[in-house]
Amino acid sequence: MNHILEMRSITKTFPGVKALSDVNLLIREGEIHAICGENGAGKSTLMKVLSGVYPHGSYEGDIQFQGEVCAFKDIKASEQRGIVIIHQELALIPYLSIAENIFLGNEHAKGGLISWNETLKHATALLKRVGLTESPQTRVADIGVGKQQLVEIAKALSKEVKLLILDEPTAALNDEDSGKLLELLLEFKAQGISCIIISHKLNEIRRVADSVTILRDGQTIETMVVRETPEAEPQVSEDRIIRGMVGRDLDNRFPERTPYEGDDASEVAMAIEDWTVRHPIDQQRNVVDGVSLNVRRGEIVGIAGLMGAGRTELAMSVFGRAYGRYTGGRVYRDGKEVRTRTVPEAIEHGIAYVTEDRKHYGLNLDDTISRNISLSSLAKVARRGVVNEHEESRVAERFRKTMNIKAPTVFEQVGKLSGGNQQKVVLSKWIHVGPEVLILDEPTRGIDVGAKYEIYTVINDLAAQGKAVVFISSELGELLGMCDRIYTMAAGRLTGEVPRAEATQEVLMRHMTRDRGDEG
Amino acid sequence: MSTATQDTKSAAPPPNDGSPGIGTLLVQSLRANVRQYGMLVALALIIVIFQIWSDNILLRPLNVTNLVQQNGYILILAIGMMIVIIAGHIDLSVGSLVAFVGAFAGVLMVNHDVPWPLAVILCLLVGAAAGAWQGFWIAYVGIPSFIVTLAGMLVFRGGTQILLDGQSLSPFPEGFRKISIGFIPEMGPYTQYHNPTMVIGLAVCAAAVWQEWRGRQQRAAYELDVMPIGLFYVKCAAIVAAVMAFAMTLSSWHGAPVGLLILAGLMVIFSFVMRNTVVGRHVYALGGNQPAAKLSGVRDKRVTFMVFVNMGLLAALAGLVFTARLGSATPSAGLNFELEAIAAAFIGGASASGGVGTVLGAIIGGLVLGVLNNGMSLVGIGTEYQQVIKGLVLLAAVGFDIWNKRRVGS
Repeated sequence: MNHILEMRSITKTFPGVKALSDVNLLIREGEIHAICGENGAGKSTLMKVLSGVYPHGSYEGDIQFQGEVCAFKDIKASEQRGIVIIHQELALIPYLSIAENIFLGNEHAKGGLISWNETLKHATALLKRVGLTESPQTRVADIGVGKQQLVEIAKALSKEVKLLILDEPTAALNDEDSGKLLELLLEFKAQGISCIIISHKLNEIRRVADSVTILRDGQTIETMVVRETPEAEPQVSEDRIIRGMVGRDLDNRFPERTPYEGDDASEVAMAIEDWTVRHPIDQQRNVVDGVSLNVRRGEIVGIAGLMGAGRTELAMSVFGRAYGRYTGGRVYRDGKEVRTRTVPEAIEHGIAYVTEDRKHYGLNLDDTISRNISLSSLAKVARRGVVNEHEESRVAERFRKTMNIKAPTVFEQVGKLSGGNQQKVVLSKWIHVGPEVLILDEPTRGIDVGAKYEIYTVINDLAAQGKAVVFISSELGELLGMCDRIYTMAAGRLTGEVPRAEATQEVLMRHMTRDRGDEG
Repeated sequence: MSTATQDTKSAAPPPNDGSPGIGTLLVQSLRANVRQYGMLVALALIIVIFQIWSDNILLRPLNVTNLVQQNGYILILAIGMMIVIIAGHIDLSVGSLVAFVGAFAGVLMVNHDVPWPLAVILCLLVGAAAGAWQGFWIAYVGIPSFIVTLAGMLVFRGGTQILLDGQSLSPFPEGFRKISIGFIPEMGPYTQYHNPTMVIGLAVCAAAVWQEWRGRQQRAAYELDVMPIGLFYVKCAAIVAAVMAFAMTLSSWHGAPVGLLILAGLMVIFSFVMRNTVVGRHVYALGGNQPAAKLSGVRDKRVTFMVFVNMGLLAALAGLVFTARLGSATPSAGLNFELEAIAAAFIGGASASGGVGTVLGAIIGGLVLGVLNNGMSLVGIGTEYQQVIKGLVLLAAVGFDIWNKRRVGS
């Protein structure tokens, strides 16, 4: 069989990080090819290289498409060749109609005037191909996410796509819509369109894919044939894929921890019961669904889950209902039920939440290190509402030294620091509040190895002092190295609770990839 | 790409040996406040240019007093507007609110003979209520401030016309008018200068120097870097010289206008609130990054609400000062005041995206506009050209800001 696409020895470096290292990818003509890997394995980067988001010259290696070497300088160039990528976050304009969205940037126009009749005619034809019966004049905002996904695909078809790339296409869809989408992909395959699908849902991969390539730490691990003929049963098991995704040694990446030995060592510091949160816009969907968990003093408890599992949503909702619509659930601190309806209430009850997205939710980038650290605990450096700036700077200076924040002074703008140092500022801010329970959401995302170790040390110290730590992470290795217990979540539900002794990457991954409704 | 520059920057921090030289400190301080120093220099330049161009009329005691009285109400508005802009909002209604409060004052004092101190208090309450009304829609309902205050601009202007029935109201009681056109009464033996004004000037100098000294001592106590003692003396001398020159200029006419004292009081209070209090911090945090502030425990809605209540209060005060100066309440009072106040805030270093700016900056920005107005009138430039020039100054100031930021690479 011919190869429609060959990517050879692709290497892509960001400052300080090698995102892709010598990656090879071969796609056969007319196949559905799945790409698997943990978050941060380099899947999206690879697709951005392919589609020209990272232009030719910013990476090393060759791309050959339909037998010709390609040097795409932007997305437009790759689309002209028939490579279309559909990102996880849909790129539709909600207040434009379906037809307008399909032909955005590609309008049926003469001399700048749009021919609406032609537009509508083509749009109707395209919608029919993807199985949508909506009028092309419907606003995109008025249809569900599943149908929006189909509109994106119709948009791709309008560009005469030869290779369709879907990044986590079913992550936000319910079972029914996911099923329809997968059927559609099989139809396209029959029409000769090749397809790359990035997915965490292994059952879906087994259902539609012809081959699967596994990436790990920016390298190609292996490519396996899932089925030789379209009707054949899949030859590759989920366990086999999981082994490929996680097979990595745990070396000395984690500091030693002194166990907490206070009198209250085994007491539950915080318990969450039956917590349920609705999606802020899509009222039909529960992003967190009846989750119950607890964490003891001096314990580090992990929450594992793939993108869209609802981990961040759970944490933010517990922390002052800062996400979605709370529909039920209770929080207990030291055995007593407490109210955490607002962030100040949550803080008052000794809960701190260190956000996953430092830049948007954690820091005021224009402001200084010192003022960022004090923001949540101004009362501690103020008397009768007047901030003692000297005391504030002294506190910040102390954290700069103990946390090893690399900056000349505490008056440096936070926006100028590197990711690792910014993360240390956020951690300092919450440690200064003096909470009993810390919820850390992806505390090491986008941080280099050295800074990661420092942050692990800080987390261990907190636990050794008897704080209860909830550690949310997408890096399984990190959870295994740090946590006493690990909960897993999938599709908003708790799917497992694994003590450290029994936890392996395979076990966790199995719980995390468990679909809705699966039991056992 | 942005991470690239950030990484290289943090990778090589200059070694901090605890005792940087005077030069480094000066450069650091200049770099940190380039915007404010820049506008201060620009203000000084504008003053010098018009002083020469107007044959030394600009800085004559009478004209300096005029400057203060002509711009007092805009400066009061600029303080409030600066805070609104720092919080990430805008207020288009203040000009109309100035007129509305003026009209209300007229109805109370001229039509119903309400004693003026009581009338002043009622007017301030009305201003605060108007601010609370707008703050409610903005903070708790979530309507963008641009729209709420645009509506307010129409509502309050219409309300003014209803209250005044299309007429002007006068005369206002003399006691009331003193808050704008009055001077501090002369006391003590006859000297060449106005005694109380000189005393106040000296007191301000003493307070400023003491404040600087205390700050220095505290920084030293907390083992933070302090300015070298020589530079410290130079700074204090400069402050004393500037304050005393100003006080002497005013003293050789009638002394300090009452309006100036009100303004100075507001400046000190609001500078302090924005710099040194928890509330002030929360306003900056809110404008700098609203979601992050909220997740840090800042009561975002309440803070936004209070910012607008404060703006309403200050607009009412500006309305009173303006009405007292004019001596009558008119339906067209306060036209375009909101634009002057917004321009003053942006010239003074506010950022359109919020989170940045100082009260002192608003004052400097307001003075730049005020001196331009006054100076251009003195040398006989027509109002049509005055507007063109002010517009270009605003554009240049903000353009410089953006250019400067890009140069620094943040």
